[in-house]
Amino acid sequence: MIWDRMETLPRDDMERLQLDRLQSVVRRVCRKVPFYRNRLQEMGFKPTGVKSLSDLPKLPFTEKDDLRDNYPYGLFAVPLEKMVRIHASSGTTGRPTVVGYTRKDLGTWSELVARVVVQAGVKPRDVVQICFSYGLFTGGFGLHYGLERVGATVVPASAGNTPRQLRLMQDFHTTALVGTPTYALYIAEMARENGLDPTRLGLRLGLFGSEPWSEGLRQELQTAWGFAATDNYGMSELIGPGVSGECRLQDGLHISEDHFLPEIIDPETGETLPPGVQGELVITTLTKEGLPLLRYRTRDLTALDYTPCPCGRTTVRMRRVFGRTDDMLIIRGVNVFPSQVEEILMDTAGVGPHYQIIVDRKGYLDEMEVRVELAADYFTGAFRDLETLERNIKERLRSTLNTTPKVKLVEYRSLERTEGKAKRVIDRRPTADD
Amino acid sequence: MWVKQISVFLENKSGRLAAVARLLADNGFNIRALSIADTSDFGILRLIVNDPARAYQVLKDAGFTVSETEVLAVEVPDRPGGLAGVLDLLHDTGINIEYLYAFVSKSGGNALVLLKVEALERAVEVLGANGIQVQDYHIVHQI
Ligand SMILES: [Zn+2]
Repeated sequence: MIWDRMETLPRDDMERLQLDRLQSVVRRVCRKVPFYRNRLQEMGFKPTGVKSLSDLPKLPFTEKDDLRDNYPYGLFAVPLEKMVRIHASSGTTGRPTVVGYTRKDLGTWSELVARVVVQAGVKPRDVVQICFSYGLFTGGFGLHYGLERVGATVVPASAGNTPRQLRLMQDFHTTALVGTPTYALYIAEMARENGLDPTRLGLRLGLFGSEPWSEGLRQELQTAWGFAATDNYGMSELIGPGVSGECRLQDGLHISEDHFLPEIIDPETGETLPPGVQGELVITTLTKEGLPLLRYRTRDLTALDYTPCPCGRTTVRMRRVFGRTDDMLIIRGVNVFPSQVEEILMDTAGVGPHYQIIVDRKGYLDEMEVRVELAADYFTGAFRDLETLERNIKERLRSTLNTTPKVKLVEYRSLERTEGKAKRVIDRRPTADD
Repeated sequence: MWVKQISVFLENKSGRLAAVARLLADNGFNIRALSIADTSDFGILRLIVNDPARAYQVLKDAGFTVSETEVLAVEVPDRPGGLAGVLDLLHDTGINIEYLYAFVSKSGGNALVLLKVEALERAVEVLGANGIQVQDYHIVHQI
């Protein structure tokens, strides 16, 4: 089922609509947001300077730091009294980024999440347990209102208290789960430890987001729970969840292009890249009232696919996020993404799904260690099986990453489990500030 | 029935071995024989205990990664060259020994050695033909 006919708009009509909305948002930010007015003036760009979508690269980027520098309300395009909701990022490093929603923005948000959950397969008869935390983080509330809009029965369980999550699933006959992939994995693990078979709990759908995850982890989750697992994408700066989501074909995430105009750029040079080429996703919000952003650099790496999807939607699909430019590790000059490591570990019998990457510096050399849990049922008691396993993983990592990490098998359950975003990387190298 | 050995996967960090020993003691198990094979990262603890089936479950329930392996308990004459004789016999018949370790108590006047080989039946045959006793499950787990 398709929630909104805008998802099937012919390409020409979509582009006309996008241009119309782009022109309007540029004019509006020039009027309402001093930050943009100054920036466009400095560049000599007139508020009426957008003539076609190909003028997009002439507009300035907005960076996460611009939001931080204008903390808390500096980029808002409406007076605070028009805002009806505030959310904020966790701000683990430096200031948090604050976002505001007008009443209309909240309506848009619910509609966009409704599209995402419907294309993931949610029906009004579903009982959906939301295991995202509620609060300043957009995950919980975002999915909540979108699911209500669709008519599903929402169980706002929030994150944490795993035994209670399992009890709710059984008592309320939950049919769909919303959360981070790593937390869903952990719930399944806890279920099995308590003698419950997760595949018999009756869940048919899993909707995941808020952290990059691999195809291997999807397979792992689908097997563990016996449900269809789809990916959805968003970030608080843009609106929260609801920017894009997978349809049931699980082949890329349909972007709600009538609200978010996507581009892919080379993260180093800022040059716009052609469709199909992997680079950093940049989004211009086309309809946001409270906090419109021009060419926001998401720092997420993906590629765009404009070919029609057999599901009937005409909107562009972004590939599953490969990694974040923030997450990229430079090990002895070689770029390494945690997602590459995950993909290999998920594809290796005998280990995972929990792993951790530890980076340290010995003298002048970076050292990377991959810790992964030995699967309980793989252990034969034979020493050489473990040695062979370690050697194989090391070899596969070496050939993919072009750097040779240490591999360390660790005991099952020895790596930290999390209820939110997983902490996969521990970088102990001294930073410039130290 | 073969002797049942319990293997436990352990990270090489302090306290893990003690944790296993403590858990088994608290549950009333007696460790009859043990050996550890390790690298700098991980180790495998091999144990012979009374009631191995229950020990396996207790360890597993406590979150340890365990497996059960069948090994041979061979009576080795307690004199110089006793072990060498047994090993030669197996070697000469092409039976590969993956590892071995000794039992704490003796069986009669003989030392008891635990052997891990692929070809269990064949090894027993060869040893038996040469007058060397292989102890069975019940006796070993009760010693
Ligand atoms: Zn589709």
